[in-house]
Amino acid sequence: MRIGVITFPGSLDDRDAQRAIRLAGAEPVALWHGEHDLKKVDAIVLPGGFSYGDYLRCGAIASHSPIMAEVIDAANKGMPVLGICNGFQMLVEAHLLPGGLIRNDHGRFVRRDQMIRVENNRTDWTNKFDESEEIVIPLKNGEGGYIADADTLERLEGEGLVTFRYVGVNPNGSLNDIAGISNDRGNVVGLMPHPEHAVERGFGPNTTEAMRCGMDGLRFFTSVIAKVLA
Amino acid sequence: MPTIVVEVMPTAELLDPAGKAVAGALARLGHTTFTNVRIGKRFELTVDGPVTEATLADARKIAEDMLSNQVIEDVIGVYEAPASGDSA
Repeated sequence: MRIGVITFPGSLDDRDAQRAIRLAGAEPVALWHGEHDLKKVDAIVLPGGFSYGDYLRCGAIASHSPIMAEVIDAANKGMPVLGICNGFQMLVEAHLLPGGLIRNDHGRFVRRDQMIRVENNRTDWTNKFDESEEIVIPLKNGEGGYIADADTLERLEGEGLVTFRYVGVNPNGSLNDIAGISNDRGNVVGLMPHPEHAVERGFGPNTTEAMRCGMDGLRFFTSVIAKVLA
Repeated sequence: MPTIVVEVMPTAELLDPAGKAVAGALARLGHTTFTNVRIGKRFELTVDGPVTEATLADARKIAEDMLSNQVIEDVIGVYEAPASGDSA
Protein backbone atom coordinates (compact mmCIF):
# COMPACT_ATOMS: atom_id res chain seq x y z
CA MET A 1 0.00 0.00 0.00
CA ARG A 2 1.72 3.14 -1.27
CA ILE A 3 0.44 6.65 -0.57
CA GLY A 4 2.04 9.53 -2.47
CA VAL A 5 2.64 12.94 -0.95
CA ILE A 6 3.29 15.68 -3.49
CA THR A 7 5.86 18.33 -2.65
CA PHE A 8 5.31 21.73 -4.26
CA PRO A 9 7.57 24.78 -3.93
CA GLY A 10 6.44 26.12 -0.55
CA SER A 11 4.92 22.91 0.82
CA LEU A 12 5.49 22.72 4.60
CA ASP A 13 3.68 19.65 5.87
CA ASP A 14 4.74 17.12 3.24
CA ARG A 15 7.09 15.30 5.59
CA ASP A 16 4.49 15.37 8.37
CA ALA A 17 2.03 13.72 5.99
CA GLN A 18 4.64 11.10 5.08
CA ARG A 19 5.19 10.40 8.78
CA ALA A 20 1.43 10.06 9.36
CA ILE A 21 1.18 7.58 6.50
CA ARG A 22 4.05 5.53 7.93
CA LEU A 23 2.49 5.52 11.41
CA ALA A 24 -0.81 4.40 9.90
CA GLY A 25 0.94 1.41 8.34
CA ALA A 26 1.43 2.35 4.69
CA GLU A 27 4.47 3.28 2.66
CA PRO A 28 4.80 7.02 1.98
CA VAL A 29 6.06 7.90 -1.49
CA ALA A 30 7.50 11.35 -2.18
CA LEU A 31 6.12 12.84 -5.40
CA TRP A 32 7.39 16.00 -7.10
CA HIS A 33 5.20 18.76 -8.55
CA GLY A 34 7.31 19.16 -11.68
CA GLU A 35 7.01 15.55 -12.84
CA HIS A 36 4.21 13.57 -14.44
CA ASP A 37 5.02 10.35 -12.53
CA LEU A 38 2.64 9.14 -9.80
CA LYS A 39 5.03 6.22 -9.13
CA LYS A 40 2.21 3.65 -8.99
CA VAL A 41 0.77 4.95 -5.72
CA ASP A 42 -2.65 3.82 -4.47
CA ALA A 43 -3.68 7.18 -2.99
CA ILE A 44 -2.43 10.78 -2.93
CA VAL A 45 -2.11 13.48 -0.29
CA LEU A 46 -1.79 17.15 -1.26
CA PRO A 47 -0.10 18.61 1.82
CA GLY A 48 -0.40 21.93 3.60
CA GLY A 49 1.90 24.88 3.26
CA PHE A 50 2.14 28.00 1.12
CA SER A 51 2.77 26.72 -2.39
CA TYR A 52 4.22 29.47 -4.59
CA GLY A 53 3.98 31.82 -1.62
CA ASP A 54 0.18 31.87 -1.99
CA TYR A 55 0.79 34.22 -4.95
CA LEU A 56 -2.16 34.84 -7.29
CA ARG A 57 -4.54 32.87 -5.02
CA CYS A 58 -3.83 30.12 -2.47
CA GLY A 59 -3.21 26.87 -4.35
CA ALA A 60 -3.86 28.44 -7.74
CA ILE A 61 -0.43 28.13 -9.34
CA ALA A 62 0.14 24.68 -7.81
CA SER A 63 -3.17 23.50 -9.28
CA HIS A 64 -1.61 24.03 -12.72
CA SER A 65 1.57 22.04 -11.90
CA PRO A 66 2.60 19.26 -14.30
CA ILE A 67 1.76 16.49 -11.80
CA MET A 68 -1.74 17.91 -11.21
CA ALA A 69 -2.78 16.76 -14.69
CA GLU A 70 -2.10 13.19 -13.48
CA VAL A 71 -3.76 13.84 -10.11
CA ILE A 72 -6.94 15.14 -11.79
CA ASP A 73 -6.99 12.17 -14.15
CA ALA A 74 -6.44 9.65 -11.31
CA ALA A 75 -9.03 11.35 -9.08
CA ASN A 76 -11.61 11.20 -11.86
CA LYS A 77 -10.89 7.47 -12.18
CA GLY A 78 -11.52 6.98 -8.44
CA MET A 79 -8.11 7.17 -6.79
CA PRO A 80 -8.39 8.49 -3.21
CA VAL A 81 -7.04 12.05 -2.96
CA LEU A 82 -6.86 14.05 0.28
CA GLY A 83 -6.16 17.79 0.24
CA ILE A 84 -5.13 19.28 3.57
CA CYS A 85 -5.26 23.08 4.02
CA ASN A 86 -3.23 24.37 1.05
CA GLY A 87 -4.00 21.00 -0.57
CA PHE A 88 -7.73 21.70 -0.13
CA GLN A 89 -7.18 25.08 -1.78
CA MET A 90 -5.49 23.29 -4.70
CA LEU A 91 -8.44 20.90 -5.05
CA VAL A 92 -10.95 23.74 -5.39
CA GLU A 93 -8.66 25.60 -7.78
CA ALA A 94 -8.35 22.41 -9.84
CA HIS A 95 -12.19 22.10 -9.81
CA LEU A 96 -12.00 18.64 -8.22
CA LEU A 97 -14.12 20.10 -5.42
CA PRO A 98 -16.64 22.96 -5.66
CA GLY A 99 -16.51 26.36 -3.97
CA GLY A 100 -13.55 28.43 -2.87
CA LEU A 101 -11.49 29.46 0.13
CA ILE A 102 -11.02 33.09 1.06
CA ARG A 103 -9.25 35.13 3.72
CA ASN A 104 -10.53 34.48 7.25
CA ASP A 105 -13.40 36.86 8.03
CA HIS A 106 -11.53 38.31 11.03
CA GLY A 107 -8.49 39.00 8.86
CA ARG A 108 -6.00 37.18 11.08
CA PHE A 109 -4.06 33.95 10.85
CA VAL A 110 -5.49 31.41 13.30
CA ARG A 111 -3.85 28.42 14.93
CA ARG A 112 -5.85 26.30 17.38
CA ASP A 113 -6.74 22.75 18.31
CA GLN A 114 -10.06 22.58 16.50
CA MET A 115 -13.05 20.38 17.17
CA ILE A 116 -14.81 19.19 14.05
CA ARG A 117 -17.68 16.79 13.50
CA VAL A 118 -17.40 13.97 10.96
CA GLU A 119 -20.62 14.54 9.01
CA ASN A 120 -19.94 11.87 6.42
CA ASN A 121 -18.11 8.68 7.40
CA ARG A 122 -18.65 7.03 4.04
CA THR A 123 -15.75 8.67 2.18
CA ASP A 124 -12.47 6.94 1.39
CA TRP A 125 -10.76 9.04 4.06
CA THR A 126 -13.35 8.86 6.88
CA ASN A 127 -14.62 5.27 6.99
CA LYS A 128 -12.88 4.60 10.34
CA PHE A 129 -14.89 7.31 12.09
CA ASP A 130 -18.35 7.00 13.60
CA GLU A 131 -21.05 9.10 12.03
CA SER A 132 -21.27 12.49 13.81
CA GLU A 133 -18.11 11.67 15.77
CA GLU A 134 -16.45 14.78 17.16
CA ILE A 135 -12.68 14.88 16.83
CA VAL A 136 -9.93 17.41 17.59
CA ILE A 137 -7.08 18.13 15.18
CA PRO A 138 -4.91 21.22 14.72
CA LEU A 139 -6.02 24.06 12.46
CA LYS A 140 -3.67 26.77 11.13
CA ASN A 141 -4.55 29.06 8.28
CA GLY A 142 -5.04 32.61 7.12
CA GLU A 143 -7.35 31.87 4.21
CA GLY A 144 -9.67 29.10 5.31
CA GLY A 145 -13.08 30.67 4.86
CA TYR A 146 -15.10 28.23 2.78
CA ILE A 147 -17.56 29.85 0.39
CA ALA A 148 -19.79 28.69 -2.43
CA ASP A 149 -22.86 30.06 -4.15
CA ALA A 150 -26.30 29.24 -2.72
CA ASP A 151 -27.02 26.46 -5.26
CA THR A 152 -23.69 24.73 -4.58
CA LEU A 153 -24.18 24.96 -0.81
CA GLU A 154 -27.66 23.51 -1.12
CA ARG A 155 -26.33 20.64 -3.23
CA LEU A 156 -23.44 19.94 -0.81
CA GLU A 157 -25.83 19.86 2.14
CA GLY A 158 -28.55 17.95 0.32
CA GLU A 159 -26.25 15.25 -0.98
CA GLY A 160 -24.28 14.81 2.24
CA LEU A 161 -21.05 16.10 0.72
CA VAL A 162 -20.18 18.25 3.74
CA THR A 163 -17.65 15.89 5.28
CA PHE A 164 -16.55 17.94 8.29
CA ARG A 165 -18.12 20.82 10.18
CA TYR A 166 -16.56 23.09 12.80
CA VAL A 167 -17.95 22.55 16.30
CA GLY A 168 -17.99 25.22 19.01
CA VAL A 169 -15.92 27.81 17.18
CA ASN A 170 -16.10 28.71 13.51
CA PRO A 171 -12.48 29.82 13.17
CA ASN A 172 -12.60 31.56 9.79
CA GLY A 173 -16.14 32.50 8.81
CA SER A 174 -16.76 29.42 6.65
CA LEU A 175 -20.34 29.23 5.39
CA ASN A 176 -22.45 26.64 7.22
CA ASP A 177 -19.40 26.00 9.48
CA ILE A 178 -17.94 23.86 6.68
CA ALA A 179 -14.45 22.53 7.51
CA GLY A 180 -14.20 19.99 4.69
CA ILE A 181 -16.10 18.50 1.76
CA SER A 182 -15.92 15.56 -0.63
CA ASN A 183 -16.85 14.88 -4.22
CA ASP A 184 -19.87 12.73 -5.12
CA ARG A 185 -17.82 9.55 -5.24
CA GLY A 186 -16.19 10.17 -1.85
CA ASN A 187 -12.68 9.55 -3.11
CA VAL A 188 -11.65 13.23 -3.17
CA VAL A 189 -11.77 14.95 0.23
CA GLY A 190 -10.47 18.37 1.20
CA LEU A 191 -10.36 20.05 4.61
CA MET A 192 -8.64 23.00 6.25
CA PRO A 193 -7.60 21.38 9.60
CA HIS A 194 -4.55 19.11 9.71
CA PRO A 195 -5.03 15.41 10.52
CA GLU A 196 -1.34 14.69 9.91
CA HIS A 197 -0.46 16.66 13.05
CA ALA A 198 -2.54 14.41 15.32
CA VAL A 199 -1.14 10.93 14.74
CA GLU A 200 1.25 10.18 17.59
CA ARG A 201 1.11 10.50 21.37
CA GLY A 202 3.27 13.36 22.58
CA PHE A 203 3.01 15.30 19.32
CA GLY A 204 -0.70 16.01 18.88
CA PRO A 205 -3.31 18.38 20.29
CA ASN A 206 -4.12 18.38 24.01
CA THR A 207 -6.84 16.04 25.20
CA THR A 208 -8.75 15.84 28.45
CA GLU A 209 -6.56 12.84 29.25
CA ALA A 210 -3.16 14.44 28.80
CA MET A 211 -1.15 17.06 26.96
CA ARG A 212 -0.47 16.60 23.22
CA CYS A 213 -1.95 13.14 23.12
CA GLY A 214 -4.66 13.64 20.50
CA MET A 215 -4.42 11.06 17.73
CA ASP A 216 -7.72 11.64 15.92
CA GLY A 217 -5.91 12.37 12.66
CA LEU A 218 -4.50 8.87 12.32
CA ARG A 219 -7.84 7.40 11.21
CA PHE A 220 -7.86 9.52 8.03
CA PHE A 221 -4.94 7.41 6.90
CA THR A 222 -6.11 4.07 8.29
CA SER A 223 -9.43 4.78 6.53
CA VAL A 224 -7.81 5.06 3.12
CA ILE A 225 -5.67 1.99 3.78
CA ALA A 226 -8.83 0.03 4.62
CA LYS A 227 -10.51 1.36 1.48
CA VAL A 228 -7.65 0.43 -0.85
CA LEU A 229 -7.08 -2.99 0.70
CA ALA A 230 -10.81 -3.80 0.76
CA MET B 1 6.21 47.08 -25.32
CA PRO B 2 2.41 46.97 -25.67
CA THR B 3 0.64 45.99 -22.46
CA ILE B 4 -2.72 44.42 -21.76
CA VAL B 5 -4.29 45.21 -18.41
CA VAL B 6 -6.49 42.67 -16.64
CA GLU B 7 -8.51 43.86 -13.64
CA VAL B 8 -9.99 41.40 -11.16
CA MET B 9 -12.22 42.16 -8.16
CA PRO B 10 -13.70 39.98 -5.42
CA THR B 11 -17.34 39.26 -6.30
CA ALA B 12 -19.71 41.94 -5.05
CA GLU B 13 -21.52 39.69 -2.59
CA LEU B 14 -18.27 38.41 -1.09
CA LEU B 15 -16.87 39.73 2.16
CA ASP B 16 -13.53 41.39 1.43
CA PRO B 17 -11.70 41.25 4.79
CA ALA B 18 -8.63 43.06 3.42
CA GLY B 19 -10.73 45.94 2.11
CA LYS B 20 -12.65 46.04 5.37
CA ALA B 21 -9.40 46.34 7.34
CA VAL B 22 -8.29 49.30 5.19
CA ALA B 23 -11.71 50.94 5.50
CA GLY B 24 -11.43 50.60 9.29
CA ALA B 25 -7.98 52.21 9.28
CA LEU B 26 -9.22 55.12 7.13
CA ALA B 27 -12.11 55.69 9.53
CA ARG B 28 -9.73 55.70 12.51
CA LEU B 29 -7.59 58.30 10.72
CA GLY B 30 -10.61 60.52 10.29
CA HIS B 31 -11.16 60.05 6.55
CA THR B 32 -14.90 59.83 6.93
CA THR B 33 -15.63 60.72 3.29
CA PHE B 34 -14.66 57.20 2.24
CA THR B 35 -17.17 54.75 3.60
CA ASN B 36 -15.99 51.52 1.99
CA VAL B 37 -12.88 50.00 0.41
CA ARG B 38 -12.66 46.96 -1.80
CA ILE B 39 -9.31 45.58 -2.90
CA GLY B 40 -8.83 43.92 -6.26
CA LYS B 41 -5.94 43.03 -8.53
CA ARG B 42 -4.45 44.58 -11.64
CA PHE B 43 -2.32 42.41 -13.95
CA GLU B 44 -0.14 43.97 -16.64
CA LEU B 45 0.61 41.51 -19.43
CA THR B 46 3.48 42.57 -21.65
CA VAL B 47 2.85 41.54 -25.24
CA ASP B 48 5.49 40.47 -27.72
CA GLY B 49 4.25 42.30 -30.82
CA PRO B 50 1.15 44.32 -31.52
CA VAL B 51 -2.07 43.81 -29.57
CA THR B 52 -4.60 42.27 -31.92
CA GLU B 53 -8.14 41.05 -31.36
CA ALA B 54 -6.67 37.55 -31.05
CA THR B 55 -4.24 38.68 -28.35
CA LEU B 56 -7.08 40.28 -26.43
CA ALA B 57 -9.12 37.09 -26.78
CA ASP B 58 -6.17 35.11 -25.36
CA ALA B 59 -5.90 37.58 -22.49
CA ARG B 60 -9.62 37.28 -21.75
CA LYS B 61 -9.28 33.50 -21.70
CA ILE B 62 -6.39 33.42 -19.23
CA ALA B 63 -8.14 36.12 -17.19
CA GLU B 64 -11.09 33.76 -16.75
CA ASP B 65 -9.13 30.49 -16.44
CA MET B 66 -6.04 31.42 -14.45
CA LEU B 67 -5.84 35.05 -13.31
CA SER B 68 -9.22 34.90 -11.60
CA ASN B 69 -11.24 32.25 -9.80
CA GLN B 70 -14.79 32.63 -11.02
CA VAL B 71 -16.13 31.27 -7.73
CA ILE B 72 -14.82 34.22 -5.75
CA GLU B 73 -13.78 36.86 -8.29
CA ASP B 74 -15.01 38.74 -11.34
CA VAL B 75 -12.92 39.94 -14.26
CA ILE B 76 -13.77 43.63 -14.42
CA GLY B 77 -11.71 44.66 -17.42
CA VAL B 78 -9.35 43.38 -20.11
CA TYR B 79 -7.94 46.15 -22.28
CA GLU B 80 -4.81 47.46 -23.94
CA ALA B 81 -3.04 50.03 -21.79
CA PRO B 82 -2.89 53.44 -23.46
CA ALA B 83 0.57 54.04 -24.90
CA SER B 84 2.57 56.55 -22.91
CA GLY B 85 5.86 58.05 -23.95
CA ASP B 86 7.78 57.44 -20.74
CA SER B 87 6.41 54.05 -19.72
CA ALA B 88 8.85 51.23 -19.16
